[in-house]
Amino acid sequence: MQLINPDLKVDFLGKRKLAMIFSGLLLLLSLGLVAGKGLNFGIDFTGGTLVEVKFKEAPAIADVREALAPAGYGQAIIQEFGSPEEILIRVQNQDAADSSKISTDILDALGVGLGADNVEMRRVEFVGPQVGEELTQAGLLAVLFAMLAILAYVTFRFKLRFAIGADAALLHDVTLVVGIFALTGKEFTLPVVAAILTVIGYSLNDTIVVFDRIRENFEANRKRKHPDDEVDVVNTSINQTLARTLMTSLTTLLVVLSLFLFGGEVIHDFAFALIVGIVVGTYSSIYIASPVMLSLEGRFESSDEEMKKMEAKP
Amino acid sequence: MQAYPRWKLWLILTVLVVSAMGTLPNLTTPPSWWPSAVSQPMNLGLDLKGGIHLVVDVNVEKAVEHSVEEDVDTVRRVLRENKLRYSRLDADGTTLIVQLKNDSDAAAAESLLNKEMPGYAVEAEAGRFVLTISETESKEIKKFAVDQSIEVIRSRVDALGTTEPVIVKQGERRILVQIPGYEDSARAKSLIGRTAQLEFKLVDEKGDLDKALSGKIPQGDVIVYGKAEDRGGKMVRQPYLLKKRTELSGAEIADARVSIDSRYNEYAVTLKFNNKGARKFDKLTNAHVGERFAIILEGVIQSAPVIRERIAGGTAQITGSFTSQDARDLAIVLRAGALPAPVKVVEERSIGPSLGQDSVDQGMNSIIYGIIAVLIFMGIYYRLFGLVANVALVFNMLLITGAMSMIGSTLTLPGIAGIVLTIGMAVDANVLIFERIREEIRLGKTRLAAIDGGYDKALSTIVDANITTLIAAIVLFQFGTGPVKGFAVTLSVGILASMFTAIMVTRAIVAFSIEKKSNKELSI
Repeated sequence: MQLINPDLKVDFLGKRKLAMIFSGLLLLLSLGLVAGKGLNFGIDFTGGTLVEVKFKEAPAIADVREALAPAGYGQAIIQEFGSPEEILIRVQNQDAADSSKISTDILDALGVGLGADNVEMRRVEFVGPQVGEELTQAGLLAVLFAMLAILAYVTFRFKLRFAIGADAALLHDVTLVVGIFALTGKEFTLPVVAAILTVIGYSLNDTIVVFDRIRENFEANRKRKHPDDEVDVVNTSINQTLARTLMTSLTTLLVVLSLFLFGGEVIHDFAFALIVGIVVGTYSSIYIASPVMLSLEGRFESSDEEMKKMEAKP
Repeated sequence: MQAYPRWKLWLILTVLVVSAMGTLPNLTTPPSWWPSAVSQPMNLGLDLKGGIHLVVDVNVEKAVEHSVEEDVDTVRRVLRENKLRYSRLDADGTTLIVQLKNDSDAAAAESLLNKEMPGYAVEAEAGRFVLTISETESKEIKKFAVDQSIEVIRSRVDALGTTEPVIVKQGERRILVQIPGYEDSARAKSLIGRTAQLEFKLVDEKGDLDKALSGKIPQGDVIVYGKAEDRGGKMVRQPYLLKKRTELSGAEIADARVSIDSRYNEYAVTLKFNNKGARKFDKLTNAHVGERFAIILEGVIQSAPVIRERIAGGTAQITGSFTSQDARDLAIVLRAGALPAPVKVVEERSIGPSLGQDSVDQGMNSIIYGIIAVLIFMGIYYRLFGLVANVALVFNMLLITGAMSMIGSTLTLPGIAGIVLTIGMAVDANVLIFERIREEIRLGKTRLAAIDGGYDKALSTIVDANITTLIAAIVLFQFGTGPVKGFAVTLSVGILASMFTAIMVTRAIVAFSIEKKSNKELSI
């Protein structure tokens, strides 16, 4: 069975201006959303307390709020989590009191208000203000370091302009995933950052496969008497790897979809970030990485010299 | 195609057997002769089996200040022994301040303080000395405070009677506490978080409490509050004027047990002092019959009974309208000893047992459905070669489970997600190879040449593509905390396993299942 007709020759790069404009608009939109609407940061970053409880009988949100009011948490964020019986309560850290005791207060208040037998503790998460700051820093550093390490590796294996193309694609993917989180208002948590790092790895994987073929074809092309234009070679390379790109995206999407559908509420947003990332990453490896790499032709060293150096490597 | 090298076959076979051995304990209880050193069932993370996860911050600055305060006594003793008179001797944060009565003693005092207080930098200014604790000394105290806190917390947590709690240092000043299978987060927090600082001080019976409250506290005295019921039965804070000096402390306790106070039929905690403490208590009660002594727990007076007679047995009782759980927990923390510095819970991630089980079930479901979907898809799309890839995928799963069991790493919910993701990415290497073989066939190569070409040409791509993903996984491991680390581990193990199965295993299967002489079209 074949998904892609092997003789298919799509002129991907012919539409690269269009793709660039499209991506540019999406990027602007993402940044605008992040700046304007902002991200719904989870307690990992803001600090605070999250309590997940399961009731024997589904309560009304209003009743839960009423039960929390005497303890002073009437203003808490209360929402259903997966099923009507499961309720998620979120409270910010308090300056004056010991915030680590908030979860105890909440569970006590729910027990008093709605019956102790009716309430079951599912999950308590508390992140102190200091820890929240540290986690934010660690998260940003992680993304930054991943990009730098990848830049270094791709420069080592290929050339600087390939590396910049790859990083441009990554930046594009990360921005769009973050943008979708701003758009949907989904909670931005530590696992989502992990998902973004995974997307970085995945998108890069895709890009590298295309680049690898471009390198191979560049070598072959150079040996010809009448070398083709670089743009044509790149276009051919993308077409040659297209079947693989789509196949792998498909199998990965299949499993991530399985995670999204069956993995449970806790992992839901993580899986969502992966789905978005895989779709965006597949697109960017075709429409962002190679065009950016091409646009930097001759920017760092002459093309011929580049070829010689590349040839020397395995 | 050349003959498939022997050593590669042996390698594959060895890996297969070893990973099967590693996986076995996860599926069934191994027979008794099974070497348990080879493999254990995979550790489940707290998010899968439920339990309490706390990160506790030790206020190490307080430990340094506390140590400086204690050194006031040392300085006092040294000065007295050498007959150097002082008008002021105080601790102020990390410094000690000494004001001599006679400036003429300055030179003698300076050399004496330099000699006797090696942990301090002594600054002299006429008859006034400022001793600042040195960086190394304060570092030492901080480290000791954290180490000792770990010991204290460990013995408190052990008293809960749970299996395999984890109590380890995290960073410079934090302690990670994990109590698997335990649910009562409130009790765990209060048990771990209390300093359990216990002190016995005499009440200053001659001092004027009212005057002291208005600001004129007699020299050597201190005001401490206790709880009392007013006439309406409301709890109010009641002040006491105490001697500053601590006569006895929790450090001199040998044992603490829950008891019943016979007078009011209430829960109480009976303390048993160690030899030194018993002697001190004997002397104290003997010398102060008719006076009161205050029992101060964590800065609050629990009770201030009158000393009726000399108490020689070395026991004392703490009362304070405790519930049975209060009394039990108090006994636990007093037995375990006081924390050297106040601690604060700065992070908690506790999971109830039902959520843990749900996560295991849902995680397993998504792995199973994910695998089935990929197996079917690959079978349809690549036919015979798809089946080969599927065998490799199952081998891959076996390898991941075996490796994880043998390196003793912990499986978390994000870890399961990592495995699921690996399933999708594991076939990628095969997809690369198969697509390449198809291309070679289209170029008109013979079947064997096409297979060889496909594997050879795809190799560098596979390595490059996987190493970059591995880089992301390593960064994730480096910066991630707890569960996220688990994801990085399974992802890394998965990537390595998939490279092995794709490059070695599928090739071996292909090498042995393709009839070399046939001219039939490849089923790919």
